[in-house]
Amino acid sequence: MSSSAWLIRGVRPYGEDAVDLLLRDGAIAEIGTRLQADDAEVLDAGGLIALPGLVDLHTHLREPGREDAETVQTGSRAAALGGYTAVHAMANTDPVADTAGVVEQVWRLGREAGLVDVAPVGAVTVGLAGAHLAELGAMADSPARVRVFSDDGFCVADPALMRRALEYVKAFDGVIAQHAEEPRLTQGAQMHEGELSARLGLAGWPSVAEEAIIARDVLLAAHVGSRLHVCHVSTRGSVDIVGRAKADGVAVTCEVTPHHLLLTDECVTGYDPLFKVNPPLRTAEDVEALRTGLANGTIDAIATDHAPHAMEDKECEWAMARPGMLGLEQALSVAVEAMIETGLLDWRELADRMSVRPARIGQLDGHGQPIEVGRPANLVLLDPDVRRVVNGADLASRARNTPYAQRELPARVVATFLRGRPTVLDAKAQL
Amino acid sequence: MKRHLLSAADLDLGDATLILDTTTQIDAALAGREVKKLPTLRGRTVVNLFFEDSTRTRISFELAAKRLSADVINFAAKGSSVSKGESLKDTALTLEAMGADAIVCRHSASGAPHRLAEWVQGSVINAGDGTHEHPTQALLDAYTIRRRLGRLDGVRVTIVGDVLHSRVARSNVVLLDTLGAQVTLVAPPTLLPVGVGSWPVEVSYDLDAVLAKADVVMMLRVQQERMNASYFPSVREYSRRYGLDARRMALLPEDAIVMHPGPMNRGMEIAAEVADSVRSTIVEQVSNGLSVRMAVLYLLLGGDSK
Ligand SMILES: [Zn+2]
Repeated sequence: MSSSAWLIRGVRPYGEDAVDLLLRDGAIAEIGTRLQADDAEVLDAGGLIALPGLVDLHTHLREPGREDAETVQTGSRAAALGGYTAVHAMANTDPVADTAGVVEQVWRLGREAGLVDVAPVGAVTVGLAGAHLAELGAMADSPARVRVFSDDGFCVADPALMRRALEYVKAFDGVIAQHAEEPRLTQGAQMHEGELSARLGLAGWPSVAEEAIIARDVLLAAHVGSRLHVCHVSTRGSVDIVGRAKADGVAVTCEVTPHHLLLTDECVTGYDPLFKVNPPLRTAEDVEALRTGLANGTIDAIATDHAPHAMEDKECEWAMARPGMLGLEQALSVAVEAMIETGLLDWRELADRMSVRPARIGQLDGHGQPIEVGRPANLVLLDPDVRRVVNGADLASRARNTPYAQRELPARVVATFLRGRPTVLDAKAQL
Repeated sequence: MKRHLLSAADLDLGDATLILDTTTQIDAALAGREVKKLPTLRGRTVVNLFFEDSTRTRISFELAAKRLSADVINFAAKGSSVSKGESLKDTALTLEAMGADAIVCRHSASGAPHRLAEWVQGSVINAGDGTHEHPTQALLDAYTIRRRLGRLDGVRVTIVGDVLHSRVARSNVVLLDTLGAQVTLVAPPTLLPVGVGSWPVEVSYDLDAVLAKADVVMMLRVQQERMNASYFPSVREYSRRYGLDARRMALLPEDAIVMHPGPMNRGMEIAAEVADSVRSTIVEQVSNGLSVRMAVLYLLLGGDSK
């Protein structure tokens, strides 16, 4: 770790009163006004807001296997530029992260890149095939210390297998993160099933295919007394089910993506596969319910589902395109537009949904900590007052499949600190 | 008129009427002529880009272009998976470099002609995309109805069958609504899309109940494979409930006509004696298709050479 100290002048933690922050030895050493530290580098942060470094529960880094779309290095840079200090790398790589060897490899690549803490997610089943449990304990015991397990991309559809997975990970306090999609209800599905899919002639992905699995899984989690995390909830009904389960005391958490907070199925009208994603973009009514659910805490976290894809997998016919969109670099801006500018969340609450709770769900000690003396200096500094038009060519990701191209979004990450060391300064990555 | 014909929704009432009137003029101009050829599109290039086999539609467009004296290139992208070979975009850029003035595109993926239209300068004509639309089929159907019944405004059209997977139904619903006709859809509920409630149509599950009020019955092709996915229990049950046989045909008003876009499953959605009856316009639809496609090519390419 870098031993150099940083003095951040005039920054507003959580958008509150301006203070100086002194970062030293990886921690927040002092908070006050007119701090002095002759050995420290000074960053004038007037007008900027400081939040705890963001934590993503759902990132596809594509390495190993699809290094043409993203690598741990390029994805880490995108994450840092987006204000993240930790990301969970999803297991659907090639080979699949279903052994201690693969999760350890991804973890080491993350350490070498050094821009964010990369926490590998382990597959629930061997090869994501939904048939046999992967060696979850070995992954938990590896240096990668895996605590989140997911077959994301696929649903653990077999209820007996899901039950066993929920039970088994209790031994090391793991959590199953379910990609909720009843496969028999979504065969060949291309977009949200509704008025628009009927008009566009695209096979529908009905809301009930997500809700049925969530309903089943909260019942299973309650029955066996396990912790359940639901990936990327996208429908009003899903929010209702999770809300009721929480009220009943079930240990369930869930996440929503930035794109589901902003975009609707109307985006599909031109058949541009940049807007193809799984679960699909839903209706304005769903967007409203997701924002409300995030505001009242039913939804715990914003998670990007950052999914880089090579150009040829997007510049093609809708049905042949791969689902998924970039998210890391724009997530905070989208959150500001959807939640801050609408008055649904204040900055402290946004930090809760983008840092505190995701770190807790993923059990990442050292992340999601409050901005207080003695805490790890994992921070993002953002300018809330700028608005920028997104340009795909400017992105740090190797892929270009952003759904926000040419869209004007508020706020910009100016600096990111990982344990007191800047990974982003002046909106530029430091490696 | 817009530059492309991707959906029946690209046509307003004026556009649609112009196409139908132009078709009437083309039919009149060619009637009785020995050489059925007009010099209108000499020097222009029309590409038939068919990613899905459909001999009848391809031949119809090919003949239409040739009768307008255009140069025709048939570009059959063989094999069902385009992703294995050249991408749609590369194909588009190739055709663009060859100077295609119009690209007639048939594709198994809904929206493929929309994508194509973003990458080429020439006009793109959707000749059927997945389960989305087939606008020239709707135009030829409208032309057929107008010729037989003398009008479209207020005409009551009943469309029967696999609406969910039918591009013919989608284009017809949109175009017939534009032209002032009243559409009723009849199908088992499994073969109607979720969201049909927002379409400008009436919906019924009971064919017998609506036939007495139909000026036109349009039967859609039903693929037997749908049975395997439990859209209906058996061919026999489908045929009993939704097939048009002689008994049902007798329920129709006297002047009502029976249409089918082809190819037919005789004995399933339509009985042989119905398909071959005087009410049937099935053969006429084929010849009208040729004239309508001539009109579309003529109007989109503007006639004069570059
Ligand atoms: Zn997923």
